[in-house]
Amino acid sequence: MLIPHPLLGPRDASEFVYKGDAALMNRPDGFADDAPEAFVQYAYQRSNPRGAHRELWFHEQGDRSWLIVTRDTLTHEVLDCQLADPRRAGGSQ
Amino acid sequence: MGFSGFKVIKEALTGHRGWQPLWRDAAPKPQYDVIIVGGGGHGLATAYYLAKHHGVKNIAVLEKGWIGGGNVGRNTTIVRSNYLLDGNQPFYELSLRLWEGLEQDINFNAMVSQRGVLNLYHSDAQRDAYRRRGNAMRMHGTDSELLDAEQVREMYPFLNFEHARFPIRGGLLQRRGGTVRHDAVAWGYARAADRLGVDIIQNCEVEDFRIEQGAVVGVQTNRGYIGASKVGVAVAGHSSHVMRKAGIELPIESHVLQAFVSEGLKPVIPGVITFGAGHFYLSQSDKGGLVFGGDIDGYNSYASRGNLPVLEDVCEGGMALMPMLGRARLLRMWGGVMDMSMDGSPYIDRTGLPGLFFNGGWCYGGFKATPASGWCFAHLLATGQSHPTAAAYRLDRFQSGGMIDEKGQGAQPNLH
Ligand SMILES: Cc1cc2nc3c(=O)[nH]c(=O)nc-3n(C[C@H](O)[C@H](O)[C@H](O)COP(=O)(O)OP(=O)(O)OC[C@H]3O[C@@H](n4cnc5c(N)ncnc54)[C@H](O)[C@@H]3O)c2cc1C
Repeated sequence: MLIPHPLLGPRDASEFVYKGDAALMNRPDGFADDAPEAFVQYAYQRSNPRGAHRELWFHEQGDRSWLIVTRDTLTHEVLDCQLADPRRAGGSQ
Repeated sequence: MGFSGFKVIKEALTGHRGWQPLWRDAAPKPQYDVIIVGGGGHGLATAYYLAKHHGVKNIAVLEKGWIGGGNVGRNTTIVRSNYLLDGNQPFYELSLRLWEGLEQDINFNAMVSQRGVLNLYHSDAQRDAYRRRGNAMRMHGTDSELLDAEQVREMYPFLNFEHARFPIRGGLLQRRGGTVRHDAVAWGYARAADRLGVDIIQNCEVEDFRIEQGAVVGVQTNRGYIGASKVGVAVAGHSSHVMRKAGIELPIESHVLQAFVSEGLKPVIPGVITFGAGHFYLSQSDKGGLVFGGDIDGYNSYASRGNLPVLEDVCEGGMALMPMLGRARLLRMWGGVMDMSMDGSPYIDRTGLPGLFFNGGWCYGGFKATPASGWCFAHLLATGQSHPTAAAYRLDRFQSGGMIDEKGQGAQPNLH
């Protein structure tokens, strides 16, 4: 699998560490009243779709950037790739 | 059609013309007492034990493809009960006991072979961890033996004992572990369930659930609507997709695991061996192929096929452990979709919807669980209560703090 890195061009997936669903960037507010339920949902429940999946890949053996890759889980085809931006809701720049 | 030595000889002498299909090609009826979704090992075993032990008469197993096409026919056939934690070990020990009596019970040769499973250790710390695991197994009445390097050498002299980085220091051996012919398990349970009147309906995909007054009353399939008082879902890697139709999100990610088989060789590996310093394990099938595997690929996938980096990693592990492996040629490889749970342990539970029950999260180790999973899921479906050995397999355990994380990896499914 090749990941089309926005800065470095196509890189082999084995240079990356897979970190799961990009929804993990939306960390709940730990001080909210419903924080315990929200954190169980956040940490343990997964939408796990068949088809397009937005997911985090960390370029550990490269420039150490975090990417949001949109990939089809039925075919492994990469549909989109952007730098992850923690300052923005949902992650993508 | 019963199997016996006499029948085999008779058929051999009469040109094998008297064999019958192992189960009826049933058409769906409008209404069942229990519908099992998914005709893998777990679904078929559930149907069999429901009919046999709980006297349920009107059961259907709905399979979207063909019997044996899922993970039950894709796994590397290893069975064992060498778990550490209380929530797991009694369940897997029940499973191994059921394997030991399975062939007589279902009158089918599943080639249950207790050839021993040996987990190698390569450091003092790993030895101590295995000693602890072995003791935990013994406390639950399971056999285990801690071997030193010399004892391992007697069993497997061809291993790379003097590896510079990962010398073999010994291993934890479970002699009652081994392998079982996976396809035969699917066929044997299907046949045994069919003989008790269970309808096994292939090419029947469940597309939706019918929910009335807050309870599941039936399923919509590509072969029409089928009603049921209770529906049990056991679809392994497709759990999230199917349960979402009932509005239920699961603590599961689907990942791909690959398996590899070499060309057929003369008998060389008598038991099952796992490398402790990398992820590599192997056994030899009765046809002669070396059957081996390693890690899951590590990214969400429903593709039933993996990528080459895992092949490279697995083969490196194999060469480090057993250099003679380099002389064999790889013949086949394939993948299966794994239902990876958040702590590496499974779920056998009711859901928030009355009438709907769930069995899944088996990760890469659910083949060995097949008999006990069917046994306990049948118990839950028939009585409404969890079976004592499966009582920890709750869907809400992350909320209650009852995780069963054998490896202590946390909610990172690709590390389990
Ligand atoms: C490569 C590989 C190696 C493995 N090695 C081992 C091992 O050595 N030891 C071990 O213990 N475990 C092993 N496993 C794991 C084990 O195979 C699985 O955990 C186990 O088989 C899962 O249960 P099952 O048999 O019921 O699954 P499956 O056989 O996958 O059954 C699920 C069935 O549900 C059907 N289905 C899906 N969606 C629908 C729908 N909507 N409607 C109707 N039917 C549907 C599927 O077609 C499938 O037939 C391995 C798995 C793989 C892939």
